[in-house]
Amino acid sequence: MSKSNKARGKDKAFAVWGISCTMIGLILLAIFVGNIVYDGITRIDWSFLTSLPSRKPEKAGSYTAMMGTVWILVCTAITAFPIGVAAAIYLEEYAKKSRLANLLEINISNLAGVPSIIYGLLGLEVFVRIMDLGASVLAGSFTLALLILPIIIVATRESIRAVPSSIKEASLAMGATKWQTIWNQTLPASFGGILTGVIIALSRAVGETAPLIVIGALAYVPFAPETPMDEFSVLPIQIFNWASRPQHGFAQNAAAAIIILLVITFVMNGIAVYFRNRWQKKMKW
Amino acid sequence: MAKEDEMVVAEVVNKIQESMITLVEDVVEAKETKLEASNIEVFYGHFQAIKNIQMKMPSNSVTAFIGPSGCGKSTFLRLFNRMNDYVDGFSMKGEIKLNGEKIYRNKINVEELRKEVGMVFQKPNPFPKSIFENVAYGLKIQGIKDKKLIAARVETALKQADLWEEVKDDLKKSALALSGGQQQRLCIARTLAVEPSVILMDEPTSALDPISTAKIEELIFQLKEKYTIVIVTHNMQQASRISDYTAFFYMGELIEHGKTKEIFTNPKHERTENYISGRFG
Amino acid sequence: MMQKAKELIIEKILFFSSFLTILTTVGIILVLLLEAVSFFGEVSIGDFLTDTQWTPLFSEKHFGILPLLSGTLLTTLIAIVIALPIGLSIAAYLSEYASSKFRRTVKPLLELLAAVPTIVYGFFALTVVTPFLQKLFPEMGGFNALSAGIVMGIMIIPFISSFSEDALSAVPNSLREGAYGMGSTRLQTVFKVTMPAASSGIVSSVILAISRAIGETMIVTVAAGQMPGLTFNPFEPVQTITAYIVQVSSGDVPFGSTEHKTIFAAGITLFVFTFILNSISFWIKKKYHQKYE
Repeated sequence: MSKSNKARGKDKAFAVWGISCTMIGLILLAIFVGNIVYDGITRIDWSFLTSLPSRKPEKAGSYTAMMGTVWILVCTAITAFPIGVAAAIYLEEYAKKSRLANLLEINISNLAGVPSIIYGLLGLEVFVRIMDLGASVLAGSFTLALLILPIIIVATRESIRAVPSSIKEASLAMGATKWQTIWNQTLPASFGGILTGVIIALSRAVGETAPLIVIGALAYVPFAPETPMDEFSVLPIQIFNWASRPQHGFAQNAAAAIIILLVITFVMNGIAVYFRNRWQKKMKW
Repeated sequence: MAKEDEMVVAEVVNKIQESMITLVEDVVEAKETKLEASNIEVFYGHFQAIKNIQMKMPSNSVTAFIGPSGCGKSTFLRLFNRMNDYVDGFSMKGEIKLNGEKIYRNKINVEELRKEVGMVFQKPNPFPKSIFENVAYGLKIQGIKDKKLIAARVETALKQADLWEEVKDDLKKSALALSGGQQQRLCIARTLAVEPSVILMDEPTSALDPISTAKIEELIFQLKEKYTIVIVTHNMQQASRISDYTAFFYMGELIEHGKTKEIFTNPKHERTENYISGRFG
Repeated sequence: MMQKAKELIIEKILFFSSFLTILTTVGIILVLLLEAVSFFGEVSIGDFLTDTQWTPLFSEKHFGILPLLSGTLLTTLIAIVIALPIGLSIAAYLSEYASSKFRRTVKPLLELLAAVPTIVYGFFALTVVTPFLQKLFPEMGGFNALSAGIVMGIMIIPFISSFSEDALSAVPNSLREGAYGMGSTRLQTVFKVTMPAASSGIVSSVILAISRAIGETMIVTVAAGQMPGLTFNPFEPVQTITAYIVQVSSGDVPFGSTEHKTIFAAGITLFVFTFILNSISFWIKKKYHQKYE
């Protein structure tokens, strides 16, 4: 075989290898999800969705975990959204090119790489102990808000940057102040992109387990939260708890709860993609 | 009266009439100075963009800034509404006066300045909002809330900008759906809605087709009755068509400035003549 | 005047929002440092770094971090062995072989792998991968490092593939054209020309993936077990730093006790490792990025 034929053979072989690699992750994921759905789908019925946890697998349900997830989702959103957007506005519009801006940027980059369990340790010390919030929804959502803040900040900055500077110029030339320009022109124009980023960040928060375990969220919580100061559990923790039990019934419960969690995650990501596409169409000036 | 006496009287009357006409002409010419620039130098970092310019522009007139690309016309224009403030490294020396008052002083309210001195940009830049919201924006940021008043001012502005008839049926339509020429007239309308006294135009028709250009030139001609207009243009025919005064810039200096008719028919400097006759630029 | 005051107040509020991120970092460092210092007042650093047993919750207490470190490193190593070749091959294929339509469709799908909650991956590892591996290796325990490592590897594939593909795309076409013009195949071009040119971006993405694997919690907690032992045998159960923190947190250890402070000692070790890795990754990317400018 001539040298160039050998090279072409390798070239073609790699094409096959490359496609296989690309597919293998997705195929495995499909197998995993398929397995779970097969195991758990029959377990999902009205009683499963409305029952409280129990020591008997047949009686146990995901109600409190689902309610906890909703509470955490809402409280985290309320906390993280305004702070994240405000921080991004400051970095993009007010703090250009100073040493402070550099420091803030590097710091945010760094925070994005800190393992989520470390945020749990921070939350445990500061929110649960020092601020005496206990293992409450509030402590949990503050902790998660800090965790997802970098995601929101980066997404918001990108959306703001995408607004053409000619719009800002036109507004300033008409006598608008900096804030008036931001509030009336920049933010409305970047809103779609910001929303996308926030939804993706929240879908990450919904799937978090470790930081909430560290701050003390329990698996056996026999009630749904009624105030932000109540104790709580969330779907991922419930799954963790059931997966750790030996009885097969609990394994099936875990599979069922995973289906619910995956549905929530994929729906949220789907909504985010939908908004991103709509916004990108709008941005064709 | 004897015939000689009649002739003397006629001569005297003539002379009186002549001097009266000259007097009136002088009075008419002594319009107040709206904008004044003295000893202006502009730097971007170490680069000097403008070298020692003096200029006065009277109110209710159109002044055209002409000159080859990069000669500083736009930079000089933007001194009058302080839009250069946002450019990195900008610094200037000298004084700019509006209505006799310095505008580069510490306590100045820049937002108020820009309400008095409006600007229209080269590429039409309407806000991604409805036609109505575009024109009403200037009023909104002033805190005006009276809906009837706003609607009336929007209508007036759109009429002044010669756009009302084309859009009156659907003011809620997005401004981005308008054609280029319409968008530019919209930008003019939203500037007019704020009721400025000066309008700065930075090559307002260079991105437009000839018909839209003609419409806007007609508009400028009408507007000069109420406004002081300064227009930067690459198009010399445009300058000679619509302006009363012309200033020729070259490499950051003001080479010549005077009545348009004179600049174009009888320029004093060779460079001016070369530029006007198309020998460079 | 009111307007000016309002603008100033708004600017302050925006500033504080961004300053909160600095406070977060300061908070993390302070909390870990203070608790760790308190811990090292009771347990010597020497013991911590050299003892080969970690048994804070047993009656005979040992506080050596090495077993947790070996657990973390073993699972991370397995994950990288899986993710590195697959991730790089995907990046090479997408950037050199695939049509842009294929790339545009596949890239977000791959990022889906990173969007799945890690507890779900942990469950997969325990209920699907482990039984499957046990058929191949009957001596393997129900909790083992291999299963967790493999699944973790699958999860971090997009970290390597996406960022490396970005780095490869940034290489100017002129380099590629030079190679093709000399008769190179796609394979030769990508491995001999494009990848070396993009090496800083690729290396930085691999380091980030390693950092992510080290910080991973739920997959290892569910599937790798809770028995810290100094071993490099992938068939045995191990406990990672992160899994240990979860174990203590879900238990009844009283706050303030030495046993409880172990989570902060473990935490600060974890933080130091990931911080160093992230910084190296950032520095590499920055330092060698100017190459094409």
